Amino acid sequence: MVLTQFLVLGALMFSIGVFGLLSRRNAVTILLSVELMLAAVNINLVAFEAFWNTAAAHGQIFAIFVITIAAAEVGIGLAIILLVFRNRASGNIDELDLMRW
Amino acid sequence: MTLADWIAEPVNWAFLAMAFPMVLAALRVVTSRNVVHAALFLVLALAASAGLFLLLSAEFVAWVLVLVYIGAVVVLFLFGIMITRAPIGKETNLSHKKIWPAAVASLAVFGVTFWLIYELGEQVGGFSDTLPAVGQATPTEILGEGFINIYLIPFEAVGFLLLAALIGGITLARKDLSPAEEREGAGL
Amino acid sequence: MVNVSLPLVLAATDGAELSSGGFFAATAWIMLLLPFVAFLAIILVGKRLKGLGAELAIGAMGINLVWASVLLVQNMLEGIYREVGLTIAEIGTLGITDQNLSFELGFVVDGLSIMMYWVVAFVGFLVFLYAHGYMKGDVRVPWFFASLSLFAGSMLVLVGAPNLIQLIIGWEGVGLASYLLIGHYWEHKPNSDAAVKAFMTNKVADVGLILGTILIGPSLGSFRFSALNQAAANHSESLEGVAVVGGLLLFFGAMGKSAQFPLHVWLPDAMAGPTPVSALMHAATMVTAGIYLMARTFPLYQEMATDARAIMLPIAVITLFVLGFLALVADDLKRVLAFSTVSQLGYMMAAVAAGGYTAGLFHLFTHAFFKALLFLGAGSVIHAVHSNNMSDMGGLRKSMPVTFWTFVVGAVSLAGVIPLAGFWSKDEILATLGHEGYTLFMWVAILGAFVTAFYMTRAVSLTFLGTYKGTGHPHESPPVMTGPLVALAIPSVVAGLFNIPGVTWGPIGNFTEWVGHRVVPMGDYHPKSIEWDLAAYGLIAAGAGILLGWRLFAPDAATQTARDRLRIPVLYPLLHKGYYIDDLYMKGVVNPIKGPVARAVDWVNAYVIDTVINGVGALTARIGELVYGRFDQQGIDLVLNATAGGTGWAGGRLRLLQSGKVRQYAAGFVVGALLLVIALVIVI
Repeated sequence: MVLTQFLVLGALMFSIGVFGLLSRRNAVTILLSVELMLAAVNINLVAFEAFWNTAAAHGQIFAIFVITIAAAEVGIGLAIILLVFRNRASGNIDELDLMRW
Repeated sequence: MTLADWIAEPVNWAFLAMAFPMVLAALRVVTSRNVVHAALFLVLALAASAGLFLLLSAEFVAWVLVLVYIGAVVVLFLFGIMITRAPIGKETNLSHKKIWPAAVASLAVFGVTFWLIYELGEQVGGFSDTLPAVGQATPTEILGEGFINIYLIPFEAVGFLLLAALIGGITLARKDLSPAEEREGAGL
Repeated sequence: MVNVSLPLVLAATDGAELSSGGFFAATAWIMLLLPFVAFLAIILVGKRLKGLGAELAIGAMGINLVWASVLLVQNMLEGIYREVGLTIAEIGTLGITDQNLSFELGFVVDGLSIMMYWVVAFVGFLVFLYAHGYMKGDVRVPWFFASLSLFAGSMLVLVGAPNLIQLIIGWEGVGLASYLLIGHYWEHKPNSDAAVKAFMTNKVADVGLILGTILIGPSLGSFRFSALNQAAANHSESLEGVAVVGGLLLFFGAMGKSAQFPLHVWLPDAMAGPTPVSALMHAATMVTAGIYLMARTFPLYQEMATDARAIMLPIAVITLFVLGFLALVADDLKRVLAFSTVSQLGYMMAAVAAGGYTAGLFHLFTHAFFKALLFLGAGSVIHAVHSNNMSDMGGLRKSMPVTFWTFVVGAVSLAGVIPLAGFWSKDEILATLGHEGYTLFMWVAILGAFVTAFYMTRAVSLTFLGTYKGTGHPHESPPVMTGPLVALAIPSVVAGLFNIPGVTWGPIGNFTEWVGHRVVPMGDYHPKSIEWDLAAYGLIAAGAGILLGWRLFAPDAATQTARDRLRIPVLYPLLHKGYYIDDLYMKGVVNPIKGPVARAVDWVNAYVIDTVINGVGALTARIGELVYGRFDQQGIDLVLNATAGGTGWAGGRLRLLQSGKVRQYAAGFVVGALLLVIALVIVI
């Protein structure tokens, strides 16, 4: 195994996530795409950790930070979606244009 | 390392066996017309990435991923889907009609990142050498020490973030009560 | 690592051989665990069972009763001693002692603990059975039985503890379970207040227990009771400095659990719990813990901490005498019994403090039966009339015959009438006090017996005699409730026979021998023959109490209404308020902390801070007037107007960017990030 294969895989996953982010309309699916991007980041972090092979496993620690923060993000994100849905009966973010001029 | 050498390593077969389903699952996450299916494909993709972590000897991260993501986050997603009464089943307006801007942007991201990897590989070197750490699992002890020595303040900060997210989540999602309801203590 | 220490027999009573017991002694840990298993099982599946978990609690207690009974009989025939400890963690030397301290869990099987195991299992089993009938259709029945199991289990852990640490674990478990049970009907505010009061009062006392443990353990180099008792028996130097202080601290802990003056305030309020809880708490599981602790560490007080008695004995005597009077004015039947428990605990504590190990424990033993009986009887009455107050009762003799007769047996036994159990045990306490030279205290205790008989007569008369004052038609309780009453009435009558001074019952010996099987010498006093003069004084006191009670409270011949006519001007309000001890705590401890501090803060707020703020405000206003006149109206307005106009124009152009389309924002974000990456790579 070499580092490049993981980096390329990570890049691929991240691009797929970006695609989902831009092409989706439903808020839940957008969050799912964000999760894909975070997973890609985690692959990179762990792969680099294996590459540098540091004594303190910095990459893995960061991966765990990412997982934690992603969990918080999902919680808040879903709470917001829930709130939006309660007020507008729709999960479609295109209709969220209250902040528009 | 040539491609032939690479293919000859059995561990790379394992890698491919996980990477392919992962990419396919990821594609289905962003293209599926059923929200529940999309969430379940995310489980597949994340499980595959947990497998990759195992290959990379990051056992603790792998299991954390399984527990936190597959165990909790995806369940949260499914809850979110059900609570928002998002259509369970096929639906047409999950995605935009025009997807080519998104495709172009994501291809651009991939291209730039790929180029970045190439450049970085040139500058740093060793990207095509066999990874050194593979084979010996990172002891969880090291991670634990890292958390409470080097990364103590980030660790605390993340804890605070989780608290803030918890309170924020409750505040956002709880029902706003009318003054009369509040006096009666409904909804507490 | 299990260490089974063989009994270190320095002197068993009368040179009797001690065996390590058989199968039942080796597996006594099952008794300690079963209630916890029941506790968990009830929580998990209790709701789905037919008896709502009661059958699990009763079953566990029944098995415990079998175990304890076998051990009891074994112990009657031959003395048993077995101590098993499992080292959980090494604490180290702490730099204080040269021995390694360790945290151990285990169990002790000896005369004292077997007696307690059996009392807990016997009373617990009957109370559980009774509660099954009493709580039918009540709220949270599974939780109630789970808590009861926790209560009994914690008490067994406490009783079986071979060391102080495990004792504290059980001790706190008992406190927790009592909190849960007293507050069972927490929807009603006074009930949850009572639970909190019990918990907090006990917590105050627990500080003493914990400090005592911290003091004694490291000085001694071990937390084990066997080590403590042996060291005390040998007048070990390691205990020299700490014996009195440590002993008093442990006693302070016991004062809380065993409701000694002035920490008794929680016990009457603890009547807020369901009646079976009161019965269990007063007879077997809670208040006996303090007496048990004193008995378990008895050699410490007997051999080394003798000076501590100067404090312990007066407290115990005050408890037994002064607090007994409170039962005379209470209208709540359960409160009468609660004050009587406090007073009887005073007897036990006085006996142990005076050096009467056996006498104190024997009173604990007999008291467990008749007090559980009285409480269950009271519960049966309350169940029938739906009120705790004696002013709503009366005339129940006809409608509830079983309850009436068993209650009378309990009351007479408690009053100390020959030949019932209470007479023998109380007589031994009197004998101990007299023999050890505490003549004054002995007379006070005899007077206490008079008071006891007095208020029990009142309770019986107001509850069962005369005419019914409540509403509805009370009827006898179901057999599941009267059965335990009868089962408790029998030992309430005969238990005293097991320890008639100087009498041994063939191969089974007597109570003194049973609980006297111990590993270190205890120079405690137990009478070798009946002291008839003391017995006569006790009987006269009891008889006088009953007679006076009858004179005052018997139903009026003409109207047949039971009268409550102890309305002495000064005394009645004093007693009614419980000597104002609760008020003293509120006014003397709680309010001084709240009041003056709050007032001081208020004063600072009103005078100091307000002055400063007003001054600053006035100054600011003056400066503001100056600035407004000179600068604002002339120079600044022009600049401001120009800025505002410019901003408005720019905003008009820029707002076109804010399309409100999230997708465009995201795309912009991605493209921006990409450009940034490219720039970074090229620059670097």
